[in-house]
Amino acid sequence: MFLYLPLVVVVAYSFNDSRLNAEWVGFTGRWYVTLLHDEAMLLAARNSLLVALTASVVSTVLGTLAGLALYRRPRQRVLPILVLTPIAIPEVLQGVSLLIFFVLMNVSLGLVSIVLSHVAFCIGFVAVVVRARLQGLDPSLIEAARDLGATPWQAFRRVTLPLIAPGIAAGALLAFTLSLDDFVITFFTAGPEASTLPLQIYSMIRIAVTPEVNAVSTLLMALTLALAALAGRIAPGALRGRA
Amino acid sequence: MAERRRPLPVQLTRRPRWHLAARLRGWFVSAPPVAYLLVFFAAPSLIMVVAAFRVAGDYGGLLPLVDTDPATGAMRWQVRLDNWRTFFTLEGFARFFADPIYLEVFARSFGYAAITTLICLALGYPLAWMIARSARRHREALILLVVLPFWSNFLIRAYAWMILLGPQGVLSRAVNAALGWFGIGPVQLLFNTFAVVVVLVYVHLPFMVLPLYANLEKHDPALVDAARDLNANAWHCFWRVTWPLSLPGVWAGAALVFIPALGMFAVPDLVGGTSSLMIGNVIKQQFLDSRDWPFGSVLSLMLTLAVLAAAAAAAWVARRGARRA
Repeated sequence: MFLYLPLVVVVAYSFNDSRLNAEWVGFTGRWYVTLLHDEAMLLAARNSLLVALTASVVSTVLGTLAGLALYRRPRQRVLPILVLTPIAIPEVLQGVSLLIFFVLMNVSLGLVSIVLSHVAFCIGFVAVVVRARLQGLDPSLIEAARDLGATPWQAFRRVTLPLIAPGIAAGALLAFTLSLDDFVITFFTAGPEASTLPLQIYSMIRIAVTPEVNAVSTLLMALTLALAALAGRIAPGALRGRA
Repeated sequence: MAERRRPLPVQLTRRPRWHLAARLRGWFVSAPPVAYLLVFFAAPSLIMVVAAFRVAGDYGGLLPLVDTDPATGAMRWQVRLDNWRTFFTLEGFARFFADPIYLEVFARSFGYAAITTLICLALGYPLAWMIARSARRHREALILLVVLPFWSNFLIRAYAWMILLGPQGVLSRAVNAALGWFGIGPVQLLFNTFAVVVVLVYVHLPFMVLPLYANLEKHDPALVDAARDLNANAWHCFWRVTWPLSLPGVWAGAALVFIPALGMFAVPDLVGGTSSLMIGNVIKQQFLDSRDWPFGSVLSLMLTLAVLAAAAAAAWVARRGARRA
């Protein structure tokens, strides 16, 4: 299918024994080797993982709370606007406003600012997934728990939480992937020193295009594929619930 | 059921306390995300709106409203009642409307976003329809297949198209070979409007397919059967039954494509030429290259208004459609 052609090309060319992304010359793995020795790239990868882990943990916690709140009080206005708008608006606006905000608050731009920005827009995605999962629950289960004498907290901990756990996990994976892949917002809030994988890829594409980029892309795709497969196993309907 | 003495009805004896506890719990649950987003989303947005009215600093950025006294280290306000005009101005707005280039970029962004939306609709609707009509057990897998490329990094997808459309790329050579048969000279496929639109469509296609699919899947096949029984031909079946029912999905998908496409900057940056700049690019230039933050904020404010207008329009049409149906 048309959707896959470009990606196949990228993967194929990562094994191409040539500096240019033009002709197919020979099969080689040397671009992967170059990759492993590329200091800047490794640093960026490490940063990306760090940021993604932190951001996904924080946004999963906050997003789950938000999803619960959205489910329980569907007629409220404030929370849905706050939570769902970051998903829908162009990332440029968010990136820019966060840049101004950080500078004005004298927060130095670096990994911390990146994490804070990522959490802001990941909360919405997690909330939507969790809410979808909650909507698929049978409410009589919770009522039954309450009838049997459980306090609200107990009912939550022993009934609701395990039932929505797949949704939370899917949301966490989603947040992780989004954070790992994010380019626009990170671009604005990273500052001169910090670098994440997408930023590194971007500068490589603009400045020096070698199949090393293809190699990095292939690896990144493999990682995301693995994560997506994982998410699919855990919560099969959760991804669709997002739309 | 165990034998229990029936107590008084719960509402009469315990309602106030239970009710208060429930409301407190509700606030407790929603407070953390609300607080976080107020600080990191609402506040920055408001600051940006205000920044549009401010003056640029000497080295870029914004002219600071507060300053630290070098002697005492305390913060002191620079802006006073008599000199507020040095800090706040409408100059940015004047420049935006006076110089036609900005309106031109805006119009171009709107155009690109609109074309992208239409093409996504044209490509995505049949795709969603096919998946919705296929055997139930295939559907999940098919949808996953469609969404899967979306999980890969956005830059990689753009880069992949750069390879394909570049002068040596597969598509380029194929198209030019075909055109060569007709005697038309080699056509450049990259670094122009064509490339930008292609990549925009490619990136946003899943956003159109998913809501459409979610909508089409819920259609009751009995409705179409009824139409056929009433002697409608295939076109009528579609146009009179399926299409109107799918309109909410169409609008949702259109909104999900149009609004992000409007604000794109990485795509034109990578695959576009100098004449295909979008508003996102200009904003980025102002903020990071020219460091003219107030003017960048003005542009962002305009973009926000445009997005709000588009969202309001989509919501209004959706509501009107719902009322008619």
